[in-house]
Amino acid sequence: MKSAVIVFPGSNCDRDAAVALERVTGQKPAMVWHKETDLPESLDLALLPGGFSFGDYLRAGAMAARSPIVAAVKRHAERGGLVLGVCNGFQVLTETRLLPGALARNGGLRFVCRDVPLAIVNNNTRFTRAFRETRETVIPVAHADGRYIADEAELDRLEGEGRVVLRYKDNPNGSARDIAAIMNEGGNVMGMMPHPERVADPSLGRMGGWAIFQSLAEAA
Amino acid sequence: MKAIVTVGLKPGVLDVQGKAVAGALKELGFGAVEEARVGKVIELDLAHITDREEARAQVTDMCEKLLANTVIESYRVEIPG
Repeated sequence: MKSAVIVFPGSNCDRDAAVALERVTGQKPAMVWHKETDLPESLDLALLPGGFSFGDYLRAGAMAARSPIVAAVKRHAERGGLVLGVCNGFQVLTETRLLPGALARNGGLRFVCRDVPLAIVNNNTRFTRAFRETRETVIPVAHADGRYIADEAELDRLEGEGRVVLRYKDNPNGSARDIAAIMNEGGNVMGMMPHPERVADPSLGRMGGWAIFQSLAEAA
Repeated sequence: MKAIVTVGLKPGVLDVQGKAVAGALKELGFGAVEEARVGKVIELDLAHITDREEARAQVTDMCEKLLANTVIESYRVEIPG
């Protein structure tokens, strides 16, 4: 699988994501700086990593969503290319409107950093197929702005179309309907608040993140 | 020319910062506080624009493109003076 990790000033999970991708797919991802205007040729996956792009100034993900490379990520998504946004990357995807809704300040106001149990709501997606029959996993979150918001009609549509991919079993941030991850209509763009790159190494014990990258590798 | 943009969460969107501020004010004895909403103010200095309507149009465009996330936020543009 040919992948690229987008790097913004303030990204801090980009290298972890690269390590996880290389370990799972056997291929080193390209690291692409936000000022680039094009993604590498014949790319399968563009990953928008976690972190605090542009210091979270104005709103989390707001500046990153307007950077030149994100226009290229949009074109990649519109062609049906795979896009995964993790944490700050999810915020960027809602800011670009590649995904509906928005991510607001956590309900409890605090930065939440811990392992969270998740229900795999839809295991028949390009992001979750490698979970096979497993319906639960544990992946850590680390965010201050992770409360997913959308209007009721949008939430109904997401649920009805199987686009709510992961749900919190013990909601850490007040997200509407316990949403932890959603996909676009095409099923090729997913945003998730939990960090799969942090649980993709056997020596760390948990492997929930591995299955996400494995799914992508199988989909590509 | 100057412009002042005020951005805040739309009515109905839970403002947890506002809730915390209202709670703290009540604890300080300001019992009159029913609700607080926290937003942000962005002051802009605009060069080469002398027409107020032109300024308003440009700043509104800025709000739509960057300054506000209109999914959850509303904004107000003032051209003082």
